[in-house]
Amino acid sequence: MDPKPATYPVAPLIEPGHTFESITDKISGVVLSGRQPIFWFVVLGFGMLLTGMLGMAIAWLLLRGVGIWGVNIPVGWGFAIINFVWWIGIGHAGTLISAILLLLKQGWRTSINRFAEAMTIFAVMCAGLFPLVHTGRPWLAAYWLFPYPNSMSVWPQFRSPLIWDVFAVSTYFTVSLIFWYTGLIPDLATLRDKAKNRVAKVVYGMFSLGWRGSGRHWQRYEHIYLLLAGLSTPLVLSVHTVVSFDFAIGIVPGWHTTIFPPYFVAGAIYDGFAMVLTLAIPIRAVYHLEDFITTRHLENMAKVTLATGLIVAYGYTSEVFFGWYSANKYEGFMIWNRMTGPYWYMYWTLIFCNIISPQWLWFKKVRTSPFLLFCVAMVVNVGMWLERFVIVVVSLHRDFVPAAWGMYHGTKWDYMTFFGTVGFFLTMFFLFIRALPMISIFEMRTLAPGAKVPAAEGH
Amino acid sequence: MAIASVYGLLAEFDTPADLVAATRRVHAEGYRKIDTFSPFPVEEAWEAMHHHDKRLSLIVLLGGLTGMVSGYGLEYWVHTMAYPVNVAGKPLNSWPQFIPVTFEMTVLFAAISALLGMIVLNGLPMPYHPVFNVERFARASQDKFFLLIESADPKFDRSGTLELLKGLNPNEINEVEP
Repeated sequence: MDPKPATYPVAPLIEPGHTFESITDKISGVVLSGRQPIFWFVVLGFGMLLTGMLGMAIAWLLLRGVGIWGVNIPVGWGFAIINFVWWIGIGHAGTLISAILLLLKQGWRTSINRFAEAMTIFAVMCAGLFPLVHTGRPWLAAYWLFPYPNSMSVWPQFRSPLIWDVFAVSTYFTVSLIFWYTGLIPDLATLRDKAKNRVAKVVYGMFSLGWRGSGRHWQRYEHIYLLLAGLSTPLVLSVHTVVSFDFAIGIVPGWHTTIFPPYFVAGAIYDGFAMVLTLAIPIRAVYHLEDFITTRHLENMAKVTLATGLIVAYGYTSEVFFGWYSANKYEGFMIWNRMTGPYWYMYWTLIFCNIISPQWLWFKKVRTSPFLLFCVAMVVNVGMWLERFVIVVVSLHRDFVPAAWGMYHGTKWDYMTFFGTVGFFLTMFFLFIRALPMISIFEMRTLAPGAKVPAAEGH
Repeated sequence: MAIASVYGLLAEFDTPADLVAATRRVHAEGYRKIDTFSPFPVEEAWEAMHHHDKRLSLIVLLGGLTGMVSGYGLEYWVHTMAYPVNVAGKPLNSWPQFIPVTFEMTVLFAAISALLGMIVLNGLPMPYHPVFNVERFARASQDKFFLLIESADPKFDRSGTLELLKGLNPNEINEVEP
C-alpha cells in the first residue's frame, strides 16, 4: 500500500474562526434568545392548520368507519399503507446519519445528526398513526397487535409479517428516542447553565439529569453511544426489511419477490436523505447556520442521495427484467400494466422523479447550489411517494382473475389525512427547533480548533 | 475567603490539552479522588485518571440476551401452549418465522439497558452536586475545562494541594463548598 496516500483539498466541516464559546452561543441562541424569525411562525401556523385538518379527518373516520376512504376490493390497501411506508422510510436517513455514519467515522454527520434524528422520530410518529387508525377502530388494535393476557384468551399471530411490523416499528421508535435523548443530555446541561428564565432552567435541568461533564461520566457515555450506534445499524436495516415483508410474503404479482428488502431499504435512505435536504436547506438559510451546515455537507448528502437513487434504479430495472424472465404471465402482465395500464402516468412520473431527475446530482454545480438541490430533493420526495402508490395500488388493482379487477382513487378524506400528517410533522419539527438545540452543540465543539489533545511526548 | 471545610479544590483551564497535562501530573502525584469536567468528551482526560469502566458492555449484552430469550420464549409459549394455531401445516414451533420479533426484542432490551446502565452507573440523576456551588462551573458545559481534587483524598492537604494546582497554570482555583 502506498505509504502516504494522495491528499485532496477537503473543505472544512466548520467555517474557520469558531471557538467553543461561539459555537455554544450560536446554537443555543436559537433556543434561548426567545426570538424566532417570521419563517418559523409561518411554517408552524401552516403546520398547525393542517394538524387541525388531520384531527377532523380522524374524528370523521372514527365516527363513520373506513368507508369514507377510497379502499375497496380488490384494492384493500390504499393510502394508509402508502403513507405508512413513505413516512417510515423518511425516518431511516436520520438513523443512518446518526448511527451508520458514526461507525464509519464520517465527521460531517456531526452538524446534521440532531435534526435528522428529530426528523426520524416525528416521521415514525406520522407513520405509526396509519396502522393505528387504518381499521377505523383503533381501540381493537390493542389485542390484535400486542401480546397481553386479555379476557378472550386470544394471542397475536407471530407468524404474520404484520405483527413483525408492530415489533419492528415500535422498537425502532423507542431506540431512536433513546439515541436522540442520549445525545441531548449534555446539550440540555448547556441550556440549563445558560438559560436566564427560571422555568426554562428547571425544565432543562430536570431533563439533563444533573449532567456535569465529569470525565468518568463521559467515558461511560461514549461507550454506550457507540453501542447504541452499533445496535441501531442492524435495527434500521431490519425495519424496512420487515416493512417490505408485509408485501413480499404475500403472493400478489409485483410483491412476491426477493429483491424487496434491499430495494426498500435503499429507497428509504434515498427518500430520507432527500427529506433531510428539504429541511436543512431552508433552515440553514433562515437561521444563518451556513458556518456549521456547509456546502460540503450539502454536497455529501447529495452524493448519498445519488448513490442510493442508483440502487433504487437498479431495483426498478430488475423488477422489469424478472417480469419478463420469470416467464410468469401474471408477473409479466403486472409490469406491462404498470407501464401502459390505467395508472401509466403514475409509473412514468415515478421514473422521472426517482431515476431521471436525480441524475442532475452528477454535476457539482447542482450539488453545491442549495436552490437546485432543494428542487431535486423535493422531486425525490414526491417520486418516492409515487413509488409506494405504484407498488401498493397498481399491483392490487389487477392481480389474477380479470373479473376481480378494479380501480382505486383516494377520496378527499384520504388526502386530508395524508396532508394532515405532513402538517403534524412540520408542527413537531418547528416546536423542536424552538425548544431544543437543532445541532449537537457538544459534538460541534469537538470540531473547533484546540479540541484535539496533541499526543504527549514520553507517553 | 476560606471556609471551614471544603469538598475539594477546582482548577479551571482553557484548553483540553492543559486539562489533560494537569490531570496526568496530579495523578502522578498520587491523587486518586480526582475528576475532570469538560464540555465535550476528552478521551485523554479519563485515560489520565486511569478510568476505564467496561461494565456497560456486559450490561448491554445481558440486556440483549434477556430480550432475545423473552422474545422467543413469548412466541414459543403463545404458539405451542397458550394458543396453538395450525398455519399452513407448519410446525407449531416454526422458528424461522419467530426470528424477526426475537431480533427486535433483543435490540430493544439492549438499547434500554444501555441508557439505564449509563444513567445508573454515572449516579444520575443527581440534581445537586457540590461543584455546582462554584459560579464559574456553569462554563463546564460551555467552553472551560475543570479539574477537581476532592478533600476526601488521603493525600489532600489544603495548602499543599493548592500549591500543586497553582503550579499547573490554571485560570483560577476555587474552593468547592460541600
